[in-house]
Amino acid sequence: MERIPFLLPESAKKPAALFLGVVFGFLLQKGGVTRYETIVGQLVMVDFTVLKVMLSAVLTGMLGIQVLLQINLVTLHPRHGSFGSSVIGGLIFGLGFGLLGYCPGTAAGAAGQGSLDALFGGVGGMLLGTAFYSEIYHRIEPTVLRWGSFGDITLPELLRASRWKVVIAVAALLAAVLSAFSLTGL
Amino acid sequence: MDWLFMPRWPAIAVGVAIGLLECVTFLFLDKPIGCSTAFARTSGLIEKAIRGGAAAGKPYYRLFPPVIDWELVFVAGIPLGAFLSAVSSGTFKIEWVPSLWGTVFGPGILPRLSTAFAGGFLVGLGARWAGGCTSGHGISGCLQLAVSSWLASAAFFTGGILAATLLFSLAGG
Repeated sequence: MERIPFLLPESAKKPAALFLGVVFGFLLQKGGVTRYETIVGQLVMVDFTVLKVMLSAVLTGMLGIQVLLQINLVTLHPRHGSFGSSVIGGLIFGLGFGLLGYCPGTAAGAAGQGSLDALFGGVGGMLLGTAFYSEIYHRIEPTVLRWGSFGDITLPELLRASRWKVVIAVAALLAAVLSAFSLTGL
Repeated sequence: MDWLFMPRWPAIAVGVAIGLLECVTFLFLDKPIGCSTAFARTSGLIEKAIRGGAAAGKPYYRLFPPVIDWELVFVAGIPLGAFLSAVSSGTFKIEWVPSLWGTVFGPGILPRLSTAFAGGFLVGLGARWAGGCTSGHGISGCLQLAVSSWLASAAFFTGGILAATLLFSLAGG
């Protein structure tokens, strides 16, 4: 693996991560996405705050990471996927997301703003759900998780196009969607 | 500095800041932001505390050992940051039932708590099944243009729209 010039020494990682986590939680709460109403509002399509936050984060991060990648300051970490993992797992997550009204990060944030349903229901349920997954993992790993496996490919590899071209195309698409939200007053 | 004490910041400004935070995380920690692995490690730690060494032998824990790593510390920072944000704007409030839920389903704590718990169970299960959540796939993976993440994110919202729409139409809301 290539060397990352700014990679922190092991001893500094946890203090740095704590600081970054605090900033992330602060941002999530200021953005209103730690509120049950905001997330459910998105899922029933009356409040587009969640998509606005996510798409502008993807847009900014994608451009930033692409520049940093170009000058060899970062490495990419795309995750492996398969239809059995990404689609089935994603749908299970989604059904829970709609019932809970928070996701893992925003549930942790909601707990910090005093939402006890997120703490006792959300965090409690998630811990049991991940524990259950560790019980069934040895059964689904050789079966469901391998259905339609496509590895850790990225869109430029899938489309056989240069990374810059895809980044610019996706950036234009995201910018168009975000402008459409603001033009239609969503 | 008034903006620091405002209850809400514009969604796009928050998104841009999260995008920059991702860049910082890649630069200094060589990993994207993610939240759900920390839950898996925590449940592993709890299981290890209860069952002892037997838990450590599970195949999943060989893949994701139940240890306190920096990602777990990151997730532990989230409620602290949200607490500071809520206190700064005077919106910190101990609440068992969100107001929207209360309006549609009534003020009872048990229905809300049991629905949240069932939802949380599926969120935890699904996040590990898909290998990430709305942060790890939805933001971090999508910004790297990972195919797995775009597909998983589409599934997150498909399932979420389905469940929320059914739940609220059930109540005639």
